[in-house]
Amino acid sequence: MIHPIPSGTRDVLPDETREVRAITDSLRSVFERHGYGEIYTPALEYEAVLARADMADAQPAYRVFDETGAVLVLRSDMTVPIARVVATRYPKVEPPLRFCYLAHCYRGVRPSRGQPRELLQAGIELIGSPAPEGTAEALSVLCAALDEVGLEGYRIGLGDASLFPSLMASLGVPEGVRPSLLDALVQRDFVALEEALAALDLSAEARSLLLEVPQRRGGPDVLDASATAVADAAANMRQVHALLTPEVAARVIFDLGLVRSIGYYTGAVFEVYDPALGAPIGGGGRYDDLLGHYGRPLPAVGFALGVERLHIALAGEERGEPGQSHAGAP
Amino acid sequence: MSGVNGLTIAVPRGALFKETVDLLEGFGLDVAELRSNDRKLLFDSIGVITMRPSDVPTYVESGAADIGITGKDVLLEQAAQGPGDPARREVYELLDLGYGRCMMVLASKAGPDPAAEALRRLGVMRVATKYPRIAARYLEETGRQAEIVEVKGSVELAPLTGMVEAIVDLTATGTTLREHDLLVREEIVECTARLIANPVAHKLRAAAIDDLLGRLRAR
Repeated sequence: MIHPIPSGTRDVLPDETREVRAITDSLRSVFERHGYGEIYTPALEYEAVLARADMADAQPAYRVFDETGAVLVLRSDMTVPIARVVATRYPKVEPPLRFCYLAHCYRGVRPSRGQPRELLQAGIELIGSPAPEGTAEALSVLCAALDEVGLEGYRIGLGDASLFPSLMASLGVPEGVRPSLLDALVQRDFVALEEALAALDLSAEARSLLLEVPQRRGGPDVLDASATAVADAAANMRQVHALLTPEVAARVIFDLGLVRSIGYYTGAVFEVYDPALGAPIGGGGRYDDLLGHYGRPLPAVGFALGVERLHIALAGEERGEPGQSHAGAP
Repeated sequence: MSGVNGLTIAVPRGALFKETVDLLEGFGLDVAELRSNDRKLLFDSIGVITMRPSDVPTYVESGAADIGITGKDVLLEQAAQGPGDPARREVYELLDLGYGRCMMVLASKAGPDPAAEALRRLGVMRVATKYPRIAARYLEETGRQAEIVEVKGSVELAPLTGMVEAIVDLTATGTTLREHDLLVREEIVECTARLIANPVAHKLRAAAIDDLLGRLRAR
């Protein structure tokens, strides 16, 4: 008899489980070694509690009623539940607080795209440690974790969520159109951005900056070449970079156009790329305002890795996929 | 592999093929076999893979190709309908290449508009299309109730047989529509060829992609 399971979910059988366990054991040991205590939270939460955070593109997709009629959701990430935990269970404890997790999260999918409905995430949250030190620590733990599992060709894209909004503000983009320009960037649509800019009453210089700056990515020279309008964000990135060990710093690609599709990020944002995989393996960033929504305003930073994607990238590197030759290419 | 700047390019077969191949030739690729052999799919020596236009975003999103060329109609059909829509394709849209210009239109049989009449008397118009998402979004945005019927080929047949009152389709010259006695009632959006890129390649192969972009802009 064949009994189906929902698309985007799967059974993990012993061969795969053994490989996944090797990865998660490595990740867990690195997190613990850096002082991050592992926690579990419920997969089901009250919708009203999680809705205090701006999830934008990663909103919970599954809702059920409990026996009293309250709406429960399946969590779509672990950052927001941990913000809840910090406010509720650690209201007075002196920061910084360090947590790590290995947990399943749930997202909506489009059929026939191979997207996971249930995904295993591994990550850390560093609560109460401001930029740039906290950001540098998170990046260091991230690289240590990827090194420990044996991923070789990975790079970290580093950007700043406040960069494009402050660029628009300083170049006099009318407030009303800023969300639509930012949305074009989030949708990775530079043609739409160019068209929208052409329709605005801006100087030619402002227009070309707004189109070119978010397309700048590469080594530290990317920061040197930037306009004064993004000096603050560039200085923030430089400060983080200066705190990294040479090994970690060498992994960083500065990306002035990096925006994450989750809404709660405030400052530094980052993504993990590997030439063996066509999609980011994970990412994270600063969310200095999120804890405030739960009544314990503290600066914070964290990241999450998709364990399945990490597994695929490792397998791809082992096979020496054609993409491998891209490793280290600028 | 000696593709343009070492990049793998997804090239659409069909209406955009000829001009895309001309473009690649302009970058110094040896396109003779690409032009002559329409059965072959993989041209390893020049870093080209060929496919139908609607598959280009799929191959580019997965990283099987670093960059690709496809029509805006394909990208719109596969675009997100709102925040959190998992239909969204994770690809960069980098440049409007300007060729392959055509118009997405709403058309119906010549004479008194049967779609308008259906809407007035029956409250809903039936619309056949190969672009169900574009059609549904457009009719919703313009405040009309519609029943979208997805067909895979020869959309013109649907209104002629009375299956629907209107169609949403792409037209370059309008010849096919005229031949079937169909009249363009509304222009929805103009579509051209676009250059798209895989989000990871866009970061790890930045110099190669930016150099290509520069050469394309300077055309």
